[in-house]
Amino acid sequence: MAEDSKTYAYFLGCITPNRYPGIEASTKKILKGFEIETKEMVGASCCPAPGVFGSFDMHTWLPIAARNLAIAEEMDLDIVVSCNGCYGSLQEANHLLIEHPKLREKTNEILSKFGKEFKGTTTVSHIIVVLHDVVGLDRIKENIKKPMNDVNVAVHYGCHFLKPREVRGHGSSETPYILEDLMKVTGAKIPEYKDKLMCCGAGGGNRTADSVQSLEWMRQKLVSAIESGCDCMVHPCAFCHLQLDRGQAEMEKAFGVFFNFPILFATQFMGLALGLSQEEVGLDKQTTTIPEKILK
Amino acid sequence: MGTLYEDIVAHGGEVFGEEHVETLRECVQCGKCTGSCPSGRNTALRTRKLFQMALVDLREEIFNAPELWFCTTCYTCYERCPKGVKTTDVIRTMRNLAAKEGHMSVPHRMIGVYVLKTGHGVPIGPDQMKLREAVGLESQPPTTQKHKDQLEQVQTIFRTTGYDAMIDFDWDTMNLKGMEKKGGK
Repeated sequence: MAEDSKTYAYFLGCITPNRYPGIEASTKKILKGFEIETKEMVGASCCPAPGVFGSFDMHTWLPIAARNLAIAEEMDLDIVVSCNGCYGSLQEANHLLIEHPKLREKTNEILSKFGKEFKGTTTVSHIIVVLHDVVGLDRIKENIKKPMNDVNVAVHYGCHFLKPREVRGHGSSETPYILEDLMKVTGAKIPEYKDKLMCCGAGGGNRTADSVQSLEWMRQKLVSAIESGCDCMVHPCAFCHLQLDRGQAEMEKAFGVFFNFPILFATQFMGLALGLSQEEVGLDKQTTTIPEKILK
Repeated sequence: MGTLYEDIVAHGGEVFGEEHVETLRECVQCGKCTGSCPSGRNTALRTRKLFQMALVDLREEIFNAPELWFCTTCYTCYERCPKGVKTTDVIRTMRNLAAKEGHMSVPHRMIGVYVLKTGHGVPIGPDQMKLREAVGLESQPPTTQKHKDQLEQVQTIFRTTGYDAMIDFDWDTMNLKGMEKKGGK
């Protein structure tokens, strides 16, 4: 792929287009504003979820992921994603299939049944990496229309954006910096909080199989952010968004307490700072409500 | 069928390479995994114990332990293991073996049903189409749920790997065998 390529194949996955389209809309609008084009991946499926399908049968997980990668290869484009699950799944599959020729051969045998082939010619990037490294912090800063100066943001990374670091390549998973950098250019404050690096509790099939346990886990994380004086949580993962936002309504049913702690995907928060309305980024139609302090 | 360790190396090795999963043997039972585990804070999951059980071949005990499924695959222990045990990938491999031997919950099997029917673990419905329109997007994304010919490719993968049989999927009702026909999540 050309290094100065300004067009990405946008791999949507499931939660982004099918539950929180505001994540998709804000991602597309922001990239367009910075003259980066996104193309639809026609016929893409579930990534499929790495902790879920990877836990059940890796030999089914891999060809489904490879098929998605092959679609981008046919478009001759690199991939951008807006979910850590998609990032984890597609990047890991790409890595394994490039590293292990025998595995690639076996996978391509399956893909050949419908005329597809994994060649290893695409890369998988994440929207917050594109913003941080391709658009660049300076350019974002120049375009901030609504500074978030008095907003305290609890940064939540989720798991598969940073880990395993040997595949993801974003440095230490204990001292991450990409989301912090992006928040700082909006003017937001980023207080440390106890459970900052803790998982949202949803992954690995836990949300599906044991939702109350998974919600208790999330409750602890939210309490830790609230106790540190944070006004909202900003994160880079559509699946975490489902857990952290809708999960608060489920938590009300399970535990009888509604935090209404605002949850924003990174491009929704950045979108507001760049001048988009909450309607344009879909924040008016989710479980948690966004306070005036953030909307201005 | 060999010992559980041999099966882990054989099955996981096909995907990750044998050296990767053979790291299980390096475990010195220090417990850093368990101390780091956000799940273990709340659940019975003791990763250190699972690994010891695997090494002494307590196959049925592991496969019947609910906590095998309490790992969210967060990779915290994977990052921190001082002996370089590829913890999360070992756990995923053990889960694969457990699933193959029939230890898979109904909710977990249902995720497969959604993907077999639509290509998505979380499919779209009419309400969500309205949400898309409200933010200026096409009512349905151009994915497998919209393009049936593309969905068939995903279904071919499931048939080829035998995932459909593993979850007891009924192609006539497009649901799990013995379950009432019902819609997506």
